[in-house]
Amino acid sequence: MAAHDIEIILNRQLADCLSVPVFIVDPEGNLLFYNEPAEQILGKKYENTGEMPVGKWSTVFTPKDQNGDLLPTGQLPLVKTLRTRKPAHGSFWIKSLEGHDFEISVTAYPIIGRSQRFSGAVAIFWTNSEEDEI
Amino acid sequence: MKFKFLGTRGSYPSPKKENSRYGGSTSCVELSNHDTNIILDAGTGILNLYLAFYTQLPRIDILLTHLHMDHIQGLAFFRPLFRKGMNVHIWGPRGNSSSLRARLNQYLSPPLFPMPLRDLPCNLHIHEVANSTFRIGSFEITSAFVIHPGPTIGYRIQHRDKTLAYIPDHEPMIGSMNLYPKDRWVSGLSLCQKADVLIHDAMYTNEEYPTRIGWGHSACRHVLQIARRAQVKKLFLFHHDPDHSDAFLDQVMAELRQNNNSLFEIQLATQEMEYEL
Repeated sequence: MAAHDIEIILNRQLADCLSVPVFIVDPEGNLLFYNEPAEQILGKKYENTGEMPVGKWSTVFTPKDQNGDLLPTGQLPLVKTLRTRKPAHGSFWIKSLEGHDFEISVTAYPIIGRSQRFSGAVAIFWTNSEEDEI
Repeated sequence: MKFKFLGTRGSYPSPKKENSRYGGSTSCVELSNHDTNIILDAGTGILNLYLAFYTQLPRIDILLTHLHMDHIQGLAFFRPLFRKGMNVHIWGPRGNSSSLRARLNQYLSPPLFPMPLRDLPCNLHIHEVANSTFRIGSFEITSAFVIHPGPTIGYRIQHRDKTLAYIPDHEPMIGSMNLYPKDRWVSGLSLCQKADVLIHDAMYTNEEYPTRIGWGHSACRHVLQIARRAQVKKLFLFHHDPDHSDAFLDQVMAELRQNNNSLFEIQLATQEMEYEL
């Protein structure tokens, strides 16, 4: 299996040190890495799952808008970034593992390194407080 | 394939008496086989080359890992560059915005140097490489970006069934205590897998590293982990800290040998040392 681009590895090393959830995906959206805070959103541990195909991890979320309507996948920041190769930001609601809806903000950015190759994208989740429950 | 260490120090030249055995010149390794010669990096060690031989060659190939001064300082005083008709090929890492030529020109131009790159009398060919594979003569070369401040690559060089890996400046464990378990997540590992020889950055002792995190270099325990994981046959510790005297390096080496339960041999790179693979 080919080595990851250095920019992907460096993003993982940064994500390892952060206290906010971080997801790193390849250009197809396959989940390459998620850090410990992200494990609490996914309900899975990276050391158990390893990398996950896009079809397997993307269904964990049921993103909704502020009216409670399901959000089209194309409006998710990470999906936008994968499509446009540009940063994207947005807020939406997801269900916690305990079944509560809560609002999160997501910032996604593309990983395009010195080789000018699009290696994937990173999504950082900013979890809002419990008081945001609907 | 054989190679010779012409410069083994990192950071800056340290030609002092207490460093004389392992050498005071900065990074440069001469690599050759029956028909091809390659120079790895152009620190002040490049000035130790036997020039009478090189000026007879149809071309000279210099592979730069990056453009920090300890890897290019000797370039400015490398005589073949000033020889009309000499074909000099410089290979180095692609950058983000400016070309390799433009970045080299920042050093090889006034006010740092009297002559701009474009006025050099040799036939200068500059090749940018990234995660690339290319050939020079009978050498097959793979380059890949590795973790170090600024665009930096390591090289894997193969000739027939022999492989040399050269990663002189590398901090694979920045932000983590150990190498990640999966090989594809380890910077530089693909370059040195099962290499006959790995020449790798080992600038700091394990005790020094915590105060130098992010400076771009490895502690001894890091390079041992890399070499063990890659299953190399022989490891040369390279890019010695200029403040580490010969006596100090001997002591570091003795401790490493005592604690090394690996199958590979470890040796300190020593200026003027030759080794045949």
